[in-house]
Amino acid sequence: MDTIKLTIDNREVEVPKGTTILKAAAQMGIDIPTLCNFELEGLALKNHPGGCRICVVEVVGRRNLAPACITECMPDMVVKTNSLRAINARKTVLELMLSDHPNDCLQCAKSGKCELQALAAKLGIREIPYKGEQSHYQVKVSPSIVRDIDKCIMCRRCESVCHEYQSVGAIGAVDRGFPAVVSTAFGKDLIDTNCVFCGQCIVVCPVGALTEVDNTSKVLRDIANPAVKTCVQVAPAVRVALGEEFGMPAGSIVTGKLTAALKQIGFDYVFDTDWSADLTIMEEGTELIGRLTSFLKGDKSVKLPMMTSCCPAWVNFYEKFYPELKENPSTAKSPQQMFGAIAKTYFADKIGVKREELVSVSVMPCVAKKFECERDEFKTNGNPDVDYSITTRELARLIKICNIDFTKLPEAEFDSPLGESTGAAVIFGATGGVMEAAVRTAYEVLTKQSLPKIDFTELRGLEGIREAKVNIPGVAELNLAIVYGLGNARKIMEQIKAGTCPYHFIEVMACPGGCIDGGGQPYHHGDAEIIKARHKAIYEADANMPIRKSHENPSIQAIYKDFLVEPCGEKSHHLLHTTYFDKKTKFDLEK
Amino acid sequence: MAIKMHILVCGGTGCSASSSHEVIAELNKELEAHNLTDFAKVVVTGCFGFCERGPIVKIIPDNTFYTRVKPEDAKEIIEEHIIKGRKVNRLLYVAPDTNEHVSDSKHMEFYKKQVRIALRNCGFIDPENIEESIAREGYAALGKCLTEMTPAQVIEEIKKSGLRGRGGAGFPTGTKWEIASKSRVGEQKYVVCNADEGDPGAFMDRSLLEGDPHSILEAMAICGYCIGADHGLIYIRAEYPLAIHRLQVAIKQAEEYGLLGEDIMGTGFNFTIELRYGAGAFVCGEETALIHSMEGKRGEPTFKPPFPAQSGYLEKPTNVNNVETYANIPVIINKGADWFNKIGTEKSKGTKVFALAGKVNNVGLIEVPMGITLREIIYEIGGGIKGGKKFKAVQTGGPSGGCLTEKHLDTPIDYDSLVAAGSMMGSGGMIVMDEDNCMVDVAKFYLGFTVEESCGKCTPCRVGNKRLLEILTKITEGKGTMQDLEELKNLSNVIKDAALCGLGQTSPNPVLSTINNFWDEYVEHVTEKKCRAGQCKALKQYVINPDVCKGCTACARACPVGAISGTVKNPHVIDQSKCIKCGTCYEKCKFGAISIK
Amino acid sequence: MCGSKIKISEANYLKVKEICASFNNNPGELINVLHQTQGHFGYLPEEVQQVVAECLQIPVGRVYGVVSFYSFFTMKPKGKYAISVCLGTACYVKGGDKILDALKSELKINEGEVTPDGKFSIDVLRCVGACGLAPVMTINGKTYGRLVPEQVKDILAQY
Repeated sequence: MDTIKLTIDNREVEVPKGTTILKAAAQMGIDIPTLCNFELEGLALKNHPGGCRICVVEVVGRRNLAPACITECMPDMVVKTNSLRAINARKTVLELMLSDHPNDCLQCAKSGKCELQALAAKLGIREIPYKGEQSHYQVKVSPSIVRDIDKCIMCRRCESVCHEYQSVGAIGAVDRGFPAVVSTAFGKDLIDTNCVFCGQCIVVCPVGALTEVDNTSKVLRDIANPAVKTCVQVAPAVRVALGEEFGMPAGSIVTGKLTAALKQIGFDYVFDTDWSADLTIMEEGTELIGRLTSFLKGDKSVKLPMMTSCCPAWVNFYEKFYPELKENPSTAKSPQQMFGAIAKTYFADKIGVKREELVSVSVMPCVAKKFECERDEFKTNGNPDVDYSITTRELARLIKICNIDFTKLPEAEFDSPLGESTGAAVIFGATGGVMEAAVRTAYEVLTKQSLPKIDFTELRGLEGIREAKVNIPGVAELNLAIVYGLGNARKIMEQIKAGTCPYHFIEVMACPGGCIDGGGQPYHHGDAEIIKARHKAIYEADANMPIRKSHENPSIQAIYKDFLVEPCGEKSHHLLHTTYFDKKTKFDLEK
Repeated sequence: MAIKMHILVCGGTGCSASSSHEVIAELNKELEAHNLTDFAKVVVTGCFGFCERGPIVKIIPDNTFYTRVKPEDAKEIIEEHIIKGRKVNRLLYVAPDTNEHVSDSKHMEFYKKQVRIALRNCGFIDPENIEESIAREGYAALGKCLTEMTPAQVIEEIKKSGLRGRGGAGFPTGTKWEIASKSRVGEQKYVVCNADEGDPGAFMDRSLLEGDPHSILEAMAICGYCIGADHGLIYIRAEYPLAIHRLQVAIKQAEEYGLLGEDIMGTGFNFTIELRYGAGAFVCGEETALIHSMEGKRGEPTFKPPFPAQSGYLEKPTNVNNVETYANIPVIINKGADWFNKIGTEKSKGTKVFALAGKVNNVGLIEVPMGITLREIIYEIGGGIKGGKKFKAVQTGGPSGGCLTEKHLDTPIDYDSLVAAGSMMGSGGMIVMDEDNCMVDVAKFYLGFTVEESCGKCTPCRVGNKRLLEILTKITEGKGTMQDLEELKNLSNVIKDAALCGLGQTSPNPVLSTINNFWDEYVEHVTEKKCRAGQCKALKQYVINPDVCKGCTACARACPVGAISGTVKNPHVIDQSKCIKCGTCYEKCKFGAISIK
Repeated sequence: MCGSKIKISEANYLKVKEICASFNNNPGELINVLHQTQGHFGYLPEEVQQVVAECLQIPVGRVYGVVSFYSFFTMKPKGKYAISVCLGTACYVKGGDKILDALKSELKINEGEVTPDGKFSIDVLRCVGACGLAPVMTINGKTYGRLVPEQVKDILAQY
């Protein structure tokens, strides 16, 4: 590879051709601050508009300062990142940004996690010399996402994620000049747009302009209410990320401490979404086997490829963009909603309370789950199966509010009966996990033989679109695809529409790498290593489990025996399956 | 009888607005009435440049130049001038210095110092008739390139001519073409003409396109031949309906004559041209923003590299030049680079078209050789400052440029001398200001424009210019401090240093150049709360001269805020702390006792 | 549960579809589409932008992002007689702002507004390229040059 020699801050460095000044400097231990620049390396998510101008550096011989994030190194370039001229410009640019910012850090949801705040601290901003007009917009609250656009610094990361990565296009730059801001078309509420509530905009937002709807006070209120019982379920991806909020290294598996914390917060029953993930595999796997069997028998009316339906942002996506294909995804509810449906029926009965007297809360790596809870079809007489959902970040906040020193907590176990789970369930948290869990079960159910090898490594990985073939002896060779990112999902949907899609079964997750980088997870600030560590931890957690196939979960076997009778049976259909709606924007034509 | 005389009437936007079409109709009517249609012909041309005196009627062959012609003058022009050969004196241009009628355009100071290369056909041909263009060497250069020269030879000729881009910073055109020609050889490429003239106070491109559209089409085809493109796009302001119409007509005619389209002149070279409309965004004058706009996106600039020559329209190699740059190309090919590069200065060859406006006697479109002085432009071509007032400054380069002063009057103008003086060539706006213009107010005006036109992508331009404008406003309202002046300087320098695109980087120029050249005026606004030009309303002081005041009480009764006190028949006084400077008292006073300080 | 419903008259819906189709529903032609659409309707109301988005298969946010970016596009209807006052440099230094003030006080509306009877609207634009005639205003495209504030009343009376 061609390399280039240059000088940065009086030190020589040799880098491959095409390297930016920012990266060359970083490899020398020079930390040039950035704001708009964002990249999740290896996960195809990036934003390089060169617009914030925080990273400007002096390149000797050039008329203007250069943005380090997008200026490529040139041979014999002499760069000064800390000359007075560069520092003055950087500070002035930051002061300008702050002059149109509310600077209400004390009550900002992003306080302590805010990149702008950190930058102001790093550059030692003590006063803002520029006074003048400030932008004022209404704070907009949707079921999942709060938009406080006054705080927007026009880094456009959210726009890149929403338009290019997710191909949704709900938020983008509007107006121009000083009033230019990232917003929705016509300033509408997100609920009235094509937003699918994936929450990736929140993940990438460097400031507090985009945050999750905070339900922590609802939790505290309900726990304190003697008239109700509270139960909580925790999604698989939460346990590999929560530790980061308490200074633990990325990829720490904190299941035991997490369970202990939830008990200490005061939940009456601490359960595991992994339990209902196993249930999902039973239902979805059975549905897949059913569709495949009919198809192999020659029934051409069967909707294939079948697609997973556990990701609520993905569900929103096909309801809004591809309603004509809404028969393809599995009718199985997501694990969150399966759990809620069982909790408010089977479990409520079991502990002798009415569904209204049981508050069911979920802890999710996701903000779309908040919207999912509110869907009408997941309510009985107006009472939701899951009352509300909190994110991993909100749980961390709750733990802090409740004076719990997380790192020192002794480990605890989930409660029974909705707490037992398998390794197949925990991998739901990573891209390819649902597929692998389904394949483990489908293989054994179809062949009635034990799997020679539980790990389907061909289904694992962090590429946005992966395909694999799995041979089920005596049945068929399955063509499988695993997709994350809705832009990738769109490509698959177009293939299906064009009739060129070769797959039998497709797993789709909206977020990069799956739920491990969900919209509700601790902020990674663009560090892809964090996501890789969580990914690794998920499979570690699987390997550590004594049981690793959903159909072998004794508690699942028991509930079919006691209550549900059989997968995809009548009771399951009623409680564990759903239908999808055409939510495409329509025109009401007046004559 | 053959046509012996041509009556040229300007049909450009300026003269049309002054009813030139009624004049044309009347002239034709008179010609018919006198059975002269075989002897003399009315030709509707593009701009003569002398818009302020429009409608203009010029008689060929004697070059008689009639100004401000009204429809009712047509009869006299035909009967006196065309039939009897006697000039209609009262319609002739009157020189402002001598007050004498000037017999023809060759003797007008306005034209004497001009050298018309880009504007060579404007005002001479009917732009809607391709044959008139062809009669004046239209498409001859294209023919020469296609049949006698290789693309490399054409590029070499352009390089040798020294032609630099006329739209902004003056990048050498030949080099630009060469880069585009060598970029991704064999792939689809595009030729783009930037006709999104956004500089407020400039109308060179409009006049060129209205007066001589074929030269632009021809030059774009030549460029296509050089870089290996078969398609061109003209990005034009939607606010220029006449120019759009003329381009549409010209493209159609050129296609009919086989000068555009497939297999041009039987050489196997294909080139088509389409129009794309701007939608009112100054920033789209920046080439990357322009390209995004043509792609149906927000006109936001992107970082260069990649340059359009590497990845432009639809991510294909694209050459972008502005209208005036293209207008020079056919002449360079026809007359040769050596002819062209003898005009101008060492580093700036050829001519430059300016839209001369503001407080000069002769407002209009002028084309002058590079190296001419401002004094020649303002006092000879421009006929001096209007109303005999004192010259104060001239602004060039529009919102990206700066103000030049008395001390620059004798500097030869070219790309580099203007930059050295803190301004720039820009697209060619040239606004002359006199002692009645406040320089802080002028800086504020341009900043107001920049703030409104900023795309909002980068922080320095989006927020920085807004803050600059706020500080300037504070100063013009008499609330400025010396600290504000320091902030103004620092902020301007940072914006210049750190903004994303060329427009952002040059946006503080109006502030920096007025600070440099008129520092005293800024300080006066701040320390003495005084605006010497009397432009800044908040700094005006209405004062009653007690010697003249008769005590009629009219002013006190009219004052909306009760700031005037005094008893009947005694001199009144204005309480400055209450006065809102509305000027009502000034208008009401019948004795001239109130003056503005 | 269903998605958003956008109300629009069938005739208008078909007109927008026709305009988009004439540009092959090519998203790259968005600005030309918007020019034609605004030319037809006089402005670009929300429902029209929604149809454009549907035809060109782009998010409506992108359409709105473009409409709100360019000053030529408007979401507010203009008056029957749309007055544009030039405040380009040449007009400004020659008192274009005073023409604007005269118009505003005569019509009792501000720039960007329409008179209550819908007859006149006032907008400000930067340079119509008729700097030789400064100060200039246009009414429905007809240019009035070398204006003095006193003329404003008489000119308006012609409409």
